[in-house]
Amino acid sequence: MRNLMIVAGKEFRDGLRNRWVLAITLVFGLLAVGLAYFGAAASGQVGFTRVSTTIVSLSSLAVFLIPLIALMLAYDSIVGEDEQGTLLLLLTYPMSRVEILAGKFLGHAAILGVSTLVGFGVAGAIIAALGSVEQLGELVAALALFILSAMLLGWAFIGFAYLISVSVSEKSKAAGIALVVWFAFVIVFDLLLLGVLVGTGGQVSEGLFHYLLLLNPTDIFRIVNLTFFEAARTQAGLASIGADAAFHPALLLGALLAWVAVPLGLALWIFRRREI
Amino acid sequence: MTQPVIEMRAVGKRFGKLTALDEVSLTLKEGEVLGLMGHNGAGKSTSMKLILGLIRPTSGELKVFGHDPGGAAANDLRLRLGYLPENVQFYEQLSGYEVLDYFARLKRIGTGVVRPLLERVGLGHAMYRRVKTYSKGMRQRLGLAQALIGEPRLMLLDEPTVGLDPMATRDFYGMVDELRGRGVSVILCSHVLPGVERHIDRAAILGRGRMLASGSIDELRQAADLPLVMRLRTARSPESLADALRSHGVLARQTAAGRIELEVPVRAKVAVLRSLMADPEVADLDMEPPTLESLYAHFDATIRDRAEAAPAPTATLDAPQGVSA
Repeated sequence: MRNLMIVAGKEFRDGLRNRWVLAITLVFGLLAVGLAYFGAAASGQVGFTRVSTTIVSLSSLAVFLIPLIALMLAYDSIVGEDEQGTLLLLLTYPMSRVEILAGKFLGHAAILGVSTLVGFGVAGAIIAALGSVEQLGELVAALALFILSAMLLGWAFIGFAYLISVSVSEKSKAAGIALVVWFAFVIVFDLLLLGVLVGTGGQVSEGLFHYLLLLNPTDIFRIVNLTFFEAARTQAGLASIGADAAFHPALLLGALLAWVAVPLGLALWIFRRREI
Repeated sequence: MTQPVIEMRAVGKRFGKLTALDEVSLTLKEGEVLGLMGHNGAGKSTSMKLILGLIRPTSGELKVFGHDPGGAAANDLRLRLGYLPENVQFYEQLSGYEVLDYFARLKRIGTGVVRPLLERVGLGHAMYRRVKTYSKGMRQRLGLAQALIGEPRLMLLDEPTVGLDPMATRDFYGMVDELRGRGVSVILCSHVLPGVERHIDRAAILGRGRMLASGSIDELRQAADLPLVMRLRTARSPESLADALRSHGVLARQTAAGRIELEVPVRAKVAVLRSLMADPEVADLDMEPPTLESLYAHFDATIRDRAEAAPAPTATLDAPQGVSA
């Protein structure tokens, strides 16, 4: 357990040092403030828009960005150490493989978690201070839910990155697979569902469709943030179908948590069984 | 008699259909330095990984400090173990100090050992520089410092002198001698280790997953029965010298004007020397016993010949007479 924290600490400090934390925080913060300020530009006005509009546009952009950042951050975590020979060395140290992998995951999760919290948190504070927010409570609640779900989404994709990282022997291959995974979950999955929906002429039962959306962490993330604003439904495309189902936010967050646990668990399982 | 540090009995390791190690036996005592040699894929790395407990043997028995290295006692064993992998690239963005500090903490050793260790391997001046700026030799020294963390009782060093300049190589062997003096057991793993003979107690030569020979250098010389080479400066012709020494089985050839090289069977060494000393026409003489490299080449060739001549391996070559594994 002590070694797990040492590994996690090193990973996090690496993230600070190579500016990952700074970069992600800035990207998230600027994105949030920018969307809040220019979000209504299309309708001919500039200035802070309603909280609901901001969160909805933010979640539909973050859903592309967060998985990509998470995969880029962590795809080489194991395969990179394997290539440079330090993995072999670490395995001869008095700690288990679980400690190595879980420690590194914890470090990466902290990098993304802190960046998400600070980036969106500071953006929220700016919006609250400069914009004319009528209901501060609504902003805080919406933003808290958004940040929590964004963290879980990021961790889920860090989990995918680890699963890739323990399964391949070359960094370049891991990068390629990471890109495919991103494409599949963020774009292809929704297109396929839409195709099914159109192809069957809407014959797919509504209940089944809601559960199909749970098969994709990015859709869960969208639903979580959409259901919070009933009014925003019309702007949200496919995921608004899920919003009708009225899944309880706690259930959705639980489903996201499962999406963190399953790939990470699989990665641990593969890593433990792997011959060196 | 203390318990051996490493005890391998007829250890085999298969990866699917590939036999990486076949019935290899090896013992390493406390304070002993063993040179483990072999071509690529001979089974050196597999042996190291078995000893480190990274992989488990498919057959045979392996004990390190009296325990199964991959078993329940693994973590305790690892505290007593130092390992320098081949071609390791440490975290480039960290300084030498930070790298060593990380590994020292993982080995549950206080940060206090880091500075003395870096100074001991000659990196004191560069400890706060990023590893990225280190030369190959400096990286190798950092790896060595890493292997020395926690005063291990057994050290496994894979290709330790690759990239070191002659002075650093000498320093390195000095350190090996010092470790041996303190009762640390060391395995030096390499393709070839020029000049290593004086620093190792025993050599083990692996080829295609089998132990081709193992023993002290003298035992290996005996087993290989390679001639030693004598170089003479003399006015005599090689033919007349060869005639005179024919009864000892000596071969002679001219190498340069006034220089002759003799190949002398080891058992005839003294007799040949005596007769050459008595010869007034011999102006100078120097003598070279078979080096570890030539011994290695000899044993390595036996397995190549065998593979080409007959697919069925013969037992005699695997255990040369008078040599214990």
